[in-house]
Amino acid sequence: MASISHPLDEGHGHSAARQKASFWSTFVDQWIITVDHKHLGLMYIIVALLFFVAAGIQGGLIRMQLMYPNNTFLSPQVFNEMFTMHGTTMVFFVGMPFIAGLANYLIPLMIGARDMAFPRLNALGFWITTLGGILLYSSYFAWTGSAAGTGGAPDVGWFAYAPLTEKAFSPGSSTDFWILSVMLSSIGSTVTAINILATALCMRTKGMTLSRMPLLVWMFCVVSFQILVALPPLTAAQIMLLLDRFMGAHFFDTNAVGDAVLWRHFFWLFGHPEVYILIIPGFACVTEIIPVFARKPIFGRAAMIGASVSIGLISLGVWAHHMYTVGLPSRANIFFSVATMLVGVPTGIKIFNWIATMWGGRIRFRTPMLWCIAFLFHFLLAGLTGIMLAVAPFDWQLGNSYFVVAHFHYTLIGGLLCTLFAGVAYWFPKATGRMLSEKLGKWHFWLMIIGFHVTFDGLHIAGLLGMPRRIYTYPAGRGWEGFNYFSTWGVAIQAVAILIFVWNVLDALIQGKKAGNDPWDAWTLEWATTSPPPEYNFAVLPEVHSSRPLWDLKHPEDPDWKYEQS
Amino acid sequence: MNTRYRWPGGFLLFASLLCAQQMQAEGMHPSGNMFRPLATPARLVSDLSELTVVICLAVFFVVAGLLAFAVIRFGWREGDSKSEPPQVYGSNQVEIAWTVIPILIVFVLSMATARVTSEVQNHKIPKDALYVTVIGHQWWWEFQYPDFKISTANEFHVPLSTMAQPKLTSLTLKSADVSHGFWVPQLAGKTDVIPNRTNSMWIDPQETGTYLGNCSEYCGTQHAKMEVRVIVDTPEQFDIWVKQQQAAAANSTLAAGQTDANQAAFLSSACIVCHTVNGTSAMGVVGPDLTHLMSRQTLVAAEVPNTAANLREWLKDPQKMKPGNKMPTVPLTDAELNQMVAYLTTLK
Repeated sequence: MASISHPLDEGHGHSAARQKASFWSTFVDQWIITVDHKHLGLMYIIVALLFFVAAGIQGGLIRMQLMYPNNTFLSPQVFNEMFTMHGTTMVFFVGMPFIAGLANYLIPLMIGARDMAFPRLNALGFWITTLGGILLYSSYFAWTGSAAGTGGAPDVGWFAYAPLTEKAFSPGSSTDFWILSVMLSSIGSTVTAINILATALCMRTKGMTLSRMPLLVWMFCVVSFQILVALPPLTAAQIMLLLDRFMGAHFFDTNAVGDAVLWRHFFWLFGHPEVYILIIPGFACVTEIIPVFARKPIFGRAAMIGASVSIGLISLGVWAHHMYTVGLPSRANIFFSVATMLVGVPTGIKIFNWIATMWGGRIRFRTPMLWCIAFLFHFLLAGLTGIMLAVAPFDWQLGNSYFVVAHFHYTLIGGLLCTLFAGVAYWFPKATGRMLSEKLGKWHFWLMIIGFHVTFDGLHIAGLLGMPRRIYTYPAGRGWEGFNYFSTWGVAIQAVAILIFVWNVLDALIQGKKAGNDPWDAWTLEWATTSPPPEYNFAVLPEVHSSRPLWDLKHPEDPDWKYEQS
Repeated sequence: MNTRYRWPGGFLLFASLLCAQQMQAEGMHPSGNMFRPLATPARLVSDLSELTVVICLAVFFVVAGLLAFAVIRFGWREGDSKSEPPQVYGSNQVEIAWTVIPILIVFVLSMATARVTSEVQNHKIPKDALYVTVIGHQWWWEFQYPDFKISTANEFHVPLSTMAQPKLTSLTLKSADVSHGFWVPQLAGKTDVIPNRTNSMWIDPQETGTYLGNCSEYCGTQHAKMEVRVIVDTPEQFDIWVKQQQAAAANSTLAAGQTDANQAAFLSSACIVCHTVNGTSAMGVVGPDLTHLMSRQTLVAAEVPNTAANLREWLKDPQKMKPGNKMPTVPLTDAELNQMVAYLTTLK
């Protein structure tokens, strides 16, 4: 069998030329005008982490206001801006850029390519997304008044339900900041999706058939498909809303027989696939990491691909489960209940496959694996509360209550964030050439998990006791105080965990142990090159014969390609 | 009403215990606990929900058990063999098994969901039902009784429904501005209140007392302070309440020439632009009807107890008590304030 060629040199010619250049021109070259997928990937992740800190602080302030009943820490107006900015930032400027960053960094390395299919488009996507985020936050400086919708940051919720966003109810510019910044982020996501699909379909190295393509890449293809289908309805609705606001159109203007429910259809036609767009990259990380630490190939590779594709398709037909209370006919509510529960089937297949991958393995409990196990546990719970919410009548009680808040923070923190930390812990050595500290990593892990549970477990019950979402305060005596009080302390624990994470990263960059090419004894192509990889990734493009090319290389006596059909 | 399952998981039990104490309070149902239903729609939902919770918990224990077992049993420890474990690629039989079993579970849940959904949504409203129109405003509730020609705000009365004397109340939901949500958990699930649309729901409360609820759809600055109170009366009490609400406002029948200085001060103030007091020249429709203001337990969308002191504080500066609300601050001297309060407190 053919072997994978390791890079021949580090590109000394380039280095020599660079040494002459000043620090600033090198900086501009590598971190501003670059079209290198690895640099752009890291830039996406750094920007996502910066916005994560901003949105995390907003989340903390929200919890501080809700720590006690009748609290006056934040004014109603400021509180409403906080949860709008928190949600919008976390979805569009943390989640989306982070997954775009992972995709950009990993996909070319994993399929044995030298870059993404469209490097310049890639840079455009990054800068336009970043511009969107800056535009969103510049709304804080466009302060014109303290009444609703007139000043500062958007205050209409990340879902921006009509007609609250119409001129009559939101007369200032804050809603326009929301529309335009989200629209820019959508452009960024769309070009990234196009780029991912083109790269995965056209740039695979010799021998890498679709059936041998790493599952991470498969799942990012599903995500890209969803982005291309789901984002246009949002952008279309936002354009209609702009027409309403500036040109006197009446799409959603209920004062002029516009339709408030129409906006919800458009929004959730985007919004529901969006939650899968956010979580499937998490699945993708877990699917790569669990096998390496369990020392077994993924169980049921074909089933995993089938399940991912079915989630991608079914998720396009479940949007109205956000609308069980708008007065749809019972048959529509039943249809969307059943469709939503059906998503549980492929999701269940995945969870079973991950567990089956661990079954019979020799699991190394390094930090990336700990995050994956935590993810499995949280996502199981989040999926089951999701089934509860899918049952239309149950949702009539749970919808817009703190139960929903707890549910989706379980999917996004317990689920997505855990997988992203798993991904960072796993690929950090590849990207930087340094190992993160296991000790600090475990402190980070356990504090984060404890903080997360303290924050969100009790909020399920607050929701079951009738506490609505998006309220800036609540009266005493309704049984909600204790849950809110402890929840706020949980945020403090999470904040400490994040500080340890930052410390761990900085410490590793300065004095981390050298990683070497393949610190985890892994099996996919990114571990066949140096850490960090050279600009051209592979000196000679590798040729592969199975879905685990490095396994074949390390175990010539028992290669995978003997068992796989091509 | 009793529910069929009393044990859906420790956490629900904990939640119920937490509420039990408050439930003791005489006639007050401040609990939003959906598992303590006191009307048919809420009970149907609660029963289905308990079934769902039980199924989900069963799935949780099985899958979490498998996960825990895998983690404990197959963990690698210092000293274990460093060789690779047997490489297993998958099994079609197993994949089929864990596809089919979830489908069966989904099937069961779907059937139960379909039954309850149509039972609640397609319930036939009997001819003798009481109709109440609920109108959501930024940030208060208006209740109209078309049959009785009465209008009230933020808290409304409905008759008790018993086995012997069933009485269903049908709510017609409309909005005056943006979308709101009507949600009183112990009576029924929430239904959105959407401008340009008419939604409906029904309740048949089975215990007298006061039920608390909230606006459940974010509707702007003061979404948090848009509580609702449903007061369930015995049929006799309800009739008395209706009669009282239909009566003319206090002092409105004063003969010509007789004057009431307080009333005159009110009627010459800006208040009448937005508020109605039946039988007087106050006929504004933007704000709550004040004809029988003193018959309500609370002020400011059920936020504070209805006392003269709270009323005075509210009138002095509505923006202080509820910032951003739509009631403008009308500059009043202390003497004028006293007159307003004195007049309004006569509106029994």
